[in-house]
Amino acid sequence: MIDIHPVVIFIAAIFTSNMIFSNFLGMCSFIAVSKEIPTAIGLGIAVTVVLTFTTILNYFVYWYILDPLGLEYLMYIVFILVIAAYVQLLEMILERYLPNLYYALGIFLPLITVNCAILGVSLFMVTRQYNFSQTIGFAVGSGMGWLLAITAMAGIRSKLSNNEIPEGLRGTPITLIITGIMALAFIGFSGMVQIQ
Amino acid sequence: MQTIILTVLIVTIITATLAIILTIADRTIANYGEVTLTINREKEYTVSGGTSLLSTLTSEKIFIPSACGGKGSCGYCKVVITEGGGPVLATEKPWLTEEEIAANTRLSCQCKVKEDIKIEIPEELFLVKEYTTTVEKMVQLTPTIKQLRFDLGEEEISFKPGQYIQLKAPAYEGNDEEVYRAYSIASSVKDNHGIELFIGYTGGITTTYVHQYLKEGDKAHINGPYGDFYYHEDDGGPMILAGAGTGLAPIMSILMYLEENNIKREVLFFFGAKTMDDLLLVDRLKGFEDTLYDFKFLPTLSREESPEWTGDKGRVPKSIDKYIEKGGNYSAYLCGSPVMIDSIVEALREKDIPLEKIYFDKF
Repeated sequence: MIDIHPVVIFIAAIFTSNMIFSNFLGMCSFIAVSKEIPTAIGLGIAVTVVLTFTTILNYFVYWYILDPLGLEYLMYIVFILVIAAYVQLLEMILERYLPNLYYALGIFLPLITVNCAILGVSLFMVTRQYNFSQTIGFAVGSGMGWLLAITAMAGIRSKLSNNEIPEGLRGTPITLIITGIMALAFIGFSGMVQIQ
Repeated sequence: MQTIILTVLIVTIITATLAIILTIADRTIANYGEVTLTINREKEYTVSGGTSLLSTLTSEKIFIPSACGGKGSCGYCKVVITEGGGPVLATEKPWLTEEEIAANTRLSCQCKVKEDIKIEIPEELFLVKEYTTTVEKMVQLTPTIKQLRFDLGEEEISFKPGQYIQLKAPAYEGNDEEVYRAYSIASSVKDNHGIELFIGYTGGITTTYVHQYLKEGDKAHINGPYGDFYYHEDDGGPMILAGAGTGLAPIMSILMYLEENNIKREVLFFFGAKTMDDLLLVDRLKGFEDTLYDFKFLPTLSREESPEWTGDKGRVPKSIDKYIEKGGNYSAYLCGSPVMIDSIVEALREKDIPLEKIYFDKF
């Protein structure tokens, strides 16, 4: 087990090992829902919540069930099951108690199930051998990093919507180009902390 | 061996645990209790919330037309929700025009009933019922079209000439989903213990079921009647009827209605087909020339080369151009494919027939 302080992991997950800018994970909803800031923040919070809780659940499932039984190779399928069930549960809760957020997220909430950032964090947690507190730091940090990235992107895109963009670049292409430039900008943080 | 058993066991246990948690959540969190459903400001129903409006209505024996069975892929199940429907969902938007959204029109299969809800539906939908029928007769009319008669037994159906029903195709070998498809009723409105349909083979789910699996004596499920394409008593003047292939069905029902009620109107029926083999029920249709007040049967063939054919050639718009006078007080009833209807409507417009007097059923 590597000895890095959870807070360091938390900071690193936001800035230097950002899920979007350094791992390019969770791109589909990042591109699709980054048109308006409020919706982007809503999805970002939903991803953070799902990410934190599924990673913690997966931590216990992996270290207390799969690892002792020598069934590590089952982690892919089991992690996905846990994530899918958790999202389903969250969907029911939101629909009941926070209908406005539920409608704002629309079909993107079920899409969190297949958001690769969520599975990615659970898998990194295993390959990097994080302990429990490090896992929490990493999960919350990754979620907040994703939230930061999508909010920034939504801000840029809402400014862009008033400008003329060449037709072939409108929508997804320009978003990908901006993501690349933002990723370059985030390299500026790389000297601060390093976890990968 | 031990690993395999252990793997299966662990995956099963984890899946089962998650399934149990979700079931409990479904019973508690997703349980919206009893809500009041008000239809057309008068009829009130107490229903249990949590499911889609479409299935709630179905369980109250109110049938909204739906061809896809609630998957949000046909766009037929539109209703107006005046209160309690929540915002329009992303899954509904592709099916609704801006005017429809402004008028609170929604897809009933996508809206969930979660609170007291008020909706408006056409009164006719209260007449819609579900019937379990027996296939009484199947006749091959042309190489691809079958005439079917469904016996309703003790039950009665009340419809207007020109309306349609939905036939359910159950799951069969090669098809694992239940679907409903719309077919116009080809029999008389007086004949209310049975209905007749013309079904052409297209290779689709329902036509395959009808042509390859359904036999005389089998049970079949239908619901209906639906549709705003029907004979209007009050439009007066001479009538133009036009159809092709199975588009004859609603026209047949209209002709029988005219015959039975001895309605004195001039009627022209343009029947489009490719070849002589594709013409169906010619003798019956010619027979209307004797029994109706003033009826002309005008078949036109687009691809017949045989010298035996002495009637009109070409497509229906060509015949319309030939027989219809400009500026007459006509009303028109059309049934056929969208391409055909569009071309006929264009031909009728050239004869100065106003759009509001052209009724059509595109399929």
